[in-house]
Amino acid sequence: MSGSALATRGLNKSFGSLAVARDIALDLPVGRRYALIGPNGAGKTTLINLITGMLKPDAGEIMLGGEDITALEPQARVRKGLARTFQINTLFPGLNALEAVTLAVSERRGISNQFWRNIAEHREAIEEAHEILVKLRLGDACYQPTRELPYGRQRLLEIALALATRPKVLLLDEPAAGVPHEESGEIFEVVAGLSDQLTLLFIEHDMHVVFRFASHIIVLVGGAIYTEGTPAEIAADPGVREVYLGKRHHG
Amino acid sequence: MAVPTDTAAEPVRYLKSQTRWHWAETVFWLATLLPFYLAPDYLQLASQIAITALFALSLDLILGYAGIVSLGQAAFFGTAAYAAGIFSKMVWGEPFTGLLVGTAAAALVGYASSFVIARFRHLTLIMITLGLSLLLEQAANSAGWLTGGSDGLQGIEIWPLFGAFPFDLWGYTAYAYSLVVLFVVFLCARRLINSPFGLALRGIRENAVRMPAVGAPSRKHIRTIYTLSAAIAGLAGALLAQTTQTVALDALGFQRSADVLVMVVLGGTGRLYGGIVGAVVYMIAHDQLSGMAPQYWYFWIGLLLVVVVMFLPNGILGGLSAAANWLHERWSSK
Repeated sequence: MSGSALATRGLNKSFGSLAVARDIALDLPVGRRYALIGPNGAGKTTLINLITGMLKPDAGEIMLGGEDITALEPQARVRKGLARTFQINTLFPGLNALEAVTLAVSERRGISNQFWRNIAEHREAIEEAHEILVKLRLGDACYQPTRELPYGRQRLLEIALALATRPKVLLLDEPAAGVPHEESGEIFEVVAGLSDQLTLLFIEHDMHVVFRFASHIIVLVGGAIYTEGTPAEIAADPGVREVYLGKRHHG
Repeated sequence: MAVPTDTAAEPVRYLKSQTRWHWAETVFWLATLLPFYLAPDYLQLASQIAITALFALSLDLILGYAGIVSLGQAAFFGTAAYAAGIFSKMVWGEPFTGLLVGTAAAALVGYASSFVIARFRHLTLIMITLGLSLLLEQAANSAGWLTGGSDGLQGIEIWPLFGAFPFDLWGYTAYAYSLVVLFVVFLCARRLINSPFGLALRGIRENAVRMPAVGAPSRKHIRTIYTLSAAIAGLAGALLAQTTQTVALDALGFQRSADVLVMVVLGGTGRLYGGIVGAVVYMIAHDQLSGMAPQYWYFWIGLLLVVVVMFLPNGILGGLSAAANWLHERWSSK
């Protein structure tokens, strides 16, 4: 039995009278791959924002590896091993991939306060950054400014930046959003190739991808967990079919 | 363009090459010595230009590297000018200790205000920085017993540099002194922007939202660079007080903050040399144009600013480097 990597208890959040998270309780064991699915407006991205601290919950707790992180700032959560990517590219347009990932590695290694030594003298940090980029098939594009990279490469850089923080739990918000179907396979191949010690939660709309890469699925509807289970269980659940495929549901 | 390969030595070499000293830089700094030989009558002006360039460099560090827009940089310039001036009157006139006292005063004000600065961005930030400088200006105005109020701080006496080089009327000592301080600070700033900390600053400028998501304590970084920038602005202010041996209220004035912003934008932000080139262009234009039309010279500065931001979005230096690249490509394609 492996322990809990990420858990939430009684997570609630409202914008005015609109409840976007209702009593959400999660428990992701170490190394599992969870897909978070649900109709548009179900609160999937909101949940990621709550877990990472970019939104403050009205009530509830968030535990990372058994430790309560509810009160921590987003950057402190990252340093504890909780990383995320963004649905809409949130990159450093004027930096190239090497600089961007080296920046993230430097922060993790605690050398970003150093303003006296040249960045090139921090050889290990640069090598680590480059290794991540090569692993994510960005090795040949790492000197190009981010804004000039093709869109699919930028999606991979999103993941590279998150990996540079050496996460224990990685939250991927539609990692292949906006990428043509043929290329989205490449992105999920990369995701599938990540360490099996890494706990993953990814939002994805393409059910083929979900059933192929997820070991567990959480269905979110109207800000609340509708059900959760293995892909086979979810596929067999008539209720999921209804909320998902039946009438267009806006939560 | 470096040819990328998948060996780990290549990225290190690439990052090193990005920070290498360029021959044009040597030419530039050698050229700063020319006034001693070519324009000995203008050394006072040259000294003012060096001081203004240092001031512009301080703004570029926060504006060009961390994306902090400030309309109140004179707060630190003026604080240090008054501190250095008052120190020389009350304690002694030794220049280096005076410089240190002025700089420390500015750094202290910078550090204190950095806690507010780090929480805001964009228009709010502009208003806060502006407000702070107005506040200090009025404080200096009302504390006439200490600062001389609107009459300015008179009676500053600065001892000869190293006890050997007096601050003469022609400005030999003044220019040499200002230039050396500018050069040393420039070297330090250059080291800083090429360090991991400098990379983190560029990250804040490029995307402040992403920074916490890579685990970066952005606010702490901003507090650090804001304090350093205030200290450098302070160095410039203290230099002006010592070399002109007077401090007027305009050292803290809005005009000074606005002028230095114009200089950095003219020269090009985020390039270290941008502020310096902007200061040189601005100060020489000021000197020449105000000789021709004392009342209207700002007309031409306004025109220059509009033309530059419209046609050279990266300032004069950005335009020059684009032109150099273009020529280089044409040359190598033949």
